[in-house]
Amino acid sequence: MPEIKRRQNERLVVILIVGVIALNYPILSLFSKVRLIFGAPVLYFYLFTVWTVFIGCVALVLEKTTSSPFVSSPPKT
Amino acid sequence: MLQEWVILLVSFCYLGILFAIAYYGDKRADAGRSIISNPYIYTLSIAVYCTAWTFYGSVGRAATTGAGFLPIYLGPTLMAALWWFVLRKIIRIAKTHRITSIADFISSRYAKDPLIGGIVTIIAVVGILPYISLQLKAVSVSFNVLHTFQAPAPLVPAADSIWSDTALYVTLAMSVFAILFGTRHIDASERHEGMVAAVAFESVVKLVAFLVVGIFVSYYLFSGPAELIHDAVISPELSKLMNIEALSGGYVNWFTLTFLSMMAILFLPRQFHILVVENVNEEHVKKASWLFPLYLLAINLFVLPISLAGLLLFPDGSVDPDIFVLAVPLYNNQELVALFVYLGGLSAATGMVIVATIALSTMVCNDLVMPVLLRLRSLQRSDLSSVLLTIRRGSILVILLLGYGFFRLIGESYALVTLGLVSFAAAAQFAPVILIGIYWKGASRRGAITGLLAGFAMWSYTLLVPSFVKSGWIATSILESGPFGIELLGPYHLFGLAMFDPLTHSVFWSMLANIGCLVCVSLFDRQNAMERLQAAHFVDVFRHEDIDTGLWSGTATVAELKDLVARFIGSEQTDKAFSEYATEHDFDVKNKAQADANLVGFAERRLAGAIGSASARVMISSVVKGEEISIEGLMKILDETSQVIEYSHRLEGKSRELEEATAELRAANKRLTELDRLKDEFVSTVTHELRTPLTSVRAFSEILRDNPSLALEERHKFLDIIVKESERLTRLINQVLDLAKIESGSAEWSQDCVDLNEVIEEASRSLSQLFHESSIMLEKELPARTVLVMADRDRLVQVAINLLSNAVKFCEPGTGQVTVRLSTPRGKVRVEVADNGPGIHPDEQKRIFEKFHQLKGIRDEKPRGSGLGLTICHRIINYHGGSIWVESRPGAGAKFIFELAPAERSSTDGQAS
Repeated sequence: MPEIKRRQNERLVVILIVGVIALNYPILSLFSKVRLIFGAPVLYFYLFTVWTVFIGCVALVLEKTTSSPFVSSPPKT
Repeated sequence: MLQEWVILLVSFCYLGILFAIAYYGDKRADAGRSIISNPYIYTLSIAVYCTAWTFYGSVGRAATTGAGFLPIYLGPTLMAALWWFVLRKIIRIAKTHRITSIADFISSRYAKDPLIGGIVTIIAVVGILPYISLQLKAVSVSFNVLHTFQAPAPLVPAADSIWSDTALYVTLAMSVFAILFGTRHIDASERHEGMVAAVAFESVVKLVAFLVVGIFVSYYLFSGPAELIHDAVISPELSKLMNIEALSGGYVNWFTLTFLSMMAILFLPRQFHILVVENVNEEHVKKASWLFPLYLLAINLFVLPISLAGLLLFPDGSVDPDIFVLAVPLYNNQELVALFVYLGGLSAATGMVIVATIALSTMVCNDLVMPVLLRLRSLQRSDLSSVLLTIRRGSILVILLLGYGFFRLIGESYALVTLGLVSFAAAAQFAPVILIGIYWKGASRRGAITGLLAGFAMWSYTLLVPSFVKSGWIATSILESGPFGIELLGPYHLFGLAMFDPLTHSVFWSMLANIGCLVCVSLFDRQNAMERLQAAHFVDVFRHEDIDTGLWSGTATVAELKDLVARFIGSEQTDKAFSEYATEHDFDVKNKAQADANLVGFAERRLAGAIGSASARVMISSVVKGEEISIEGLMKILDETSQVIEYSHRLEGKSRELEEATAELRAANKRLTELDRLKDEFVSTVTHELRTPLTSVRAFSEILRDNPSLALEERHKFLDIIVKESERLTRLINQVLDLAKIESGSAEWSQDCVDLNEVIEEASRSLSQLFHESSIMLEKELPARTVLVMADRDRLVQVAINLLSNAVKFCEPGTGQVTVRLSTPRGKVRVEVADNGPGIHPDEQKRIFEKFHQLKGIRDEKPRGSGLGLTICHRIINYHGGSIWVESRPGAGAKFIFELAPAERSSTDGQAS
């Protein structure tokens, strides 16, 4: 159980790091150009694509494991 | 042009609908059938993040900075990846300790210190004011635009007199609305299901409104977003917006904005309230982690097209970009669309204002006012639940009026987004004390205080002071030449750091001061026991779940506790809470006079829900007589408990191993006993078998010795018997030795290519005399070709002889008939020996191959044979990898069958081993 959970957390952290790198200098500067691709400016096209892929990855990692390793039990009061 | 009364009517109808939803939500919650208990409503309620800033400001920002509006939404998207373990930990802590606000959370973490709660509250209120003023500004401006905008006339500026200022009336209307929503009664858990439902509804409205206007602008006014963008690219002015350089501050500013919004999504008081306090189930975080970013993505899709359309339609700059969303439809005389947009903007603003003011009023009440009130002797014994409500209502009004004041003061000189970013930077000051606090036990109370104060001071000096300067309150010289002419202290380039834009500059210094002070002071600080206790509870929340957080060992009566709680949350709710506790813990509340430590802890947490943990502690200690458990003692208990848990885990492991070993031993022992029994049985059977022939040999020998005058004929007969019995003895001994050899594995086996035809022939040849004597027919059904197996030839002959002689033994002399058949079905070699004897009873069939199992003859009860023949056959066939069994029905003869694997072609060439 902790094994699965740790692996899931590791994946999420890696996704975050990749996201931060992809959405910042210098990678971002590669797309900062006045040019159109599929009718959209390259920069916007790139940002929205990364955005969508990022959401997809997070959803994949979180939804793949069917349920939480430790199902939450509301704390007793 | 829309009439003023139409807009007002629509606004109030809309607010009425919201109130109806909230009312319904509360009713359902009271009935125990929550409508908000699912991840989708949770996600929509988190979208309270998208305020009027998003609705109007994003387009404005896109029109001036290009992609610069996006980091505000990319940050939360990135942060959402960490929600599953960061946010969930915070939620678990908050639920365990009944935490109701971010101030409460931070003060609980640092030894329940009321001072920290107060500091956090002040930072939050001051920091959020610009944000609230932003909403007020947006609503009043949009209202004015809607009823005064005349294409293509420029925007009428806001009125000068306070009494004719729309924003004031917006403020008052919002206050009433927030008070009605958030403070209908004091709830111990501080959750507002109705409000969450309404906020979720508003999130839907604002998303739909924005998408509608986006589609309208892109497809109705222009022929698709691609066309619109194409038009814009041609203009040299607009094409600049297509790359990052349009953002002043460039990539550094981009990074700062991303960082700030990452922090803001968790630590803005209203986000904390929605994400943590209003959370129904931790599991909802999972879906929200990717659905909420999806919401952000959707609401941002049309920002660029709308802003480009605005810039194309109003190229002269006569219209403020912040109102493009309204101005573009109005310019085209689409008043219905504009009205819908206005409703969307109203949704965004009211949602933010309601949640933010409720969160802030809880903090002001619990962490600023209550600690002071509780010190007043006169209030110690009166009913405070109505006082609590009044304080909260008052603080909502005060906060909104302060927001209005801020708006009057400096709101006009700022764009929407810039105002919001000031608030973001303030909220980021909470990030270190929380994030470091929930992962590092060493973060101390004094560290947190200095960190918060230093960060707040830096923020105030580098962001708030300049905004006062812009509004004209402070001389502008301070920006250029610094205070008192000291240039090094200029708020925009502190200590000469001039390479950043103002926002990055402020975030850099305030974060450096905040984190630096928190970490350094903590490292050189000595935590007292209470701090260590709370730190352990927070950091190890998933480990110490079952450990009670109660601290009390003194005595209190149940009645006193109930009175105390009732004074804050009302007697009806108190009764309900206590009876719930009673059923859950099997504690007789009615008849027991003394409360145990558990009940005291329970009362404290209930109170904490209503008045904050710090105040709750003070109140409980006024009722409980006697000593608290010393916190050192409690720490020790906590440590010991962890140790005991670990020991018991290890112990469990050991005892499990032990059990396994015992089971193995028991099995081994059982097998040994069984073997021992078998051996005894074997020995006794063998001796018995040996004795029978021996006895007769001895008896006849004695007769011969004692009667020398015996007739020759008689003598011969006796000697014959003696010889036969000796032969039987020899045979038996041979068989026993054989079996012993086979079983011990020391028998020598040869492996030859054997023709089974020959084997059967040989066996029947050697038994022909026997068959002849008992006049039993032997019928052989053998195939014409050779049937080869790899086996020990002599042993196979032995098997055949054993089976054939067995058959003879059980056949009726004269009528007996034995058939031996050799066949090769399905890749096997099969030998059958059938007789027409009495057959074998099914019970016996199973045991017939056991050692010394002798069949009782059906007619005479005398056993025949040694009882080892079949056992030996069984062992031999087994050794060759074949199988042997018997098929029989009583009265219909018996058929012994054995099967072997045929020799492979290659090995038929006869290589003997």
